[in-house]
Amino acid sequence: MNMSWALVIWLSVGAYAFKMFGFVIIGSRKLPQALSRCLLLIPAALLAALVFNSTFTTGQSLALDERAIGLVVAIIAAWRKLPLIVVVILGAATTALLRGLM
Amino acid sequence: MKFRLEPDVRPVVTSALALSGAVGVFALAFGVLAVGAGANVWQACALSFFTFTGASQMSAMSVIASGGTVGGALGGALLLAGRNGVYGLALSPHFKGSLAKRLLAAHFVIDETTAMMMAQTNPRLQKIAFWTTAIALFSLWNLGTLLGALLGSAIDPHTYGLDVGFSAAYVAMLFPQLTTTNGKIAAAGGAVISVLLAPFVPIGLPILASGVAIFVGLRPRHETASA
Repeated sequence: MNMSWALVIWLSVGAYAFKMFGFVIIGSRKLPQALSRCLLLIPAALLAALVFNSTFTTGQSLALDERAIGLVVAIIAAWRKLPLIVVVILGAATTALLRGLM
Repeated sequence: MKFRLEPDVRPVVTSALALSGAVGVFALAFGVLAVGAGANVWQACALSFFTFTGASQMSAMSVIASGGTVGGALGGALLLAGRNGVYGLALSPHFKGSLAKRLLAAHFVIDETTAMMMAQTNPRLQKIAFWTTAIALFSLWNLGTLLGALLGSAIDPHTYGLDVGFSAAYVAMLFPQLTTTNGKIAAAGGAVISVLLAPFVPIGLPILASGVAIFVGLRPRHETASA
């Protein structure tokens, strides 16, 4: 595993820098509208990327396995507006169950 | 001691507490997943205390969980943290106060505090909404992370499908982003890029590269946003 304190420190410094940049440095000046629109799309693009990348790849190879079924269950649960913790448990439990069977 | 809230303040405080409770449960999930990805209890807690922006924390830990490097984990996580800069721009004109107070408040500029503050029109209620949400949410986010991390240390991540637990959490966070056409296009673009690039570049980089999908926001605006 590559987890380290360096990651914790850099992520904390970087996250605070962004928060402070808009709030303290830029203050009440305005960004161009098109740029703000793009920046607000970051969660949509990156969350979708995280979901598909972690479901359909293993390391650098493409993969299709029990994770895909767990994901489908999670998507249905989220679409039915179930609470986040329930979505997480259903997705993980489906995958765990299939791993136990295969 | 008798403590009574004025009638106009009560709904603001109640919704801040309800929102923070829900986020506390999410923190529990983050704690379990972070430890499953290889963080120790202290690292998980430090992320929640000092980084304090959920999606970035989750993103960094899932890149680590799939074998990515610190650099790969930082790229996507910092890009996600960038949106707090935009929130800061939106909140800043409504914020009066000294530089020291602003520097402290900046740490709490996240999705939820922004939404709660912008839902109010009266400056006094805006201030109450921001600080009540900030304090309640920060407390429960950190408490939830600690409990989750302790719980997570006791179980094996692969057996319990925790890798898919990450994805499931993102799916739940993603749905509210899909209410606009641009949101849908950005999500579809990000998804395709992140899978197609995977065989050709180091782990973690496809997540960062998927960020190019946000430039769909440059196209001229025909629609009126529904969210």
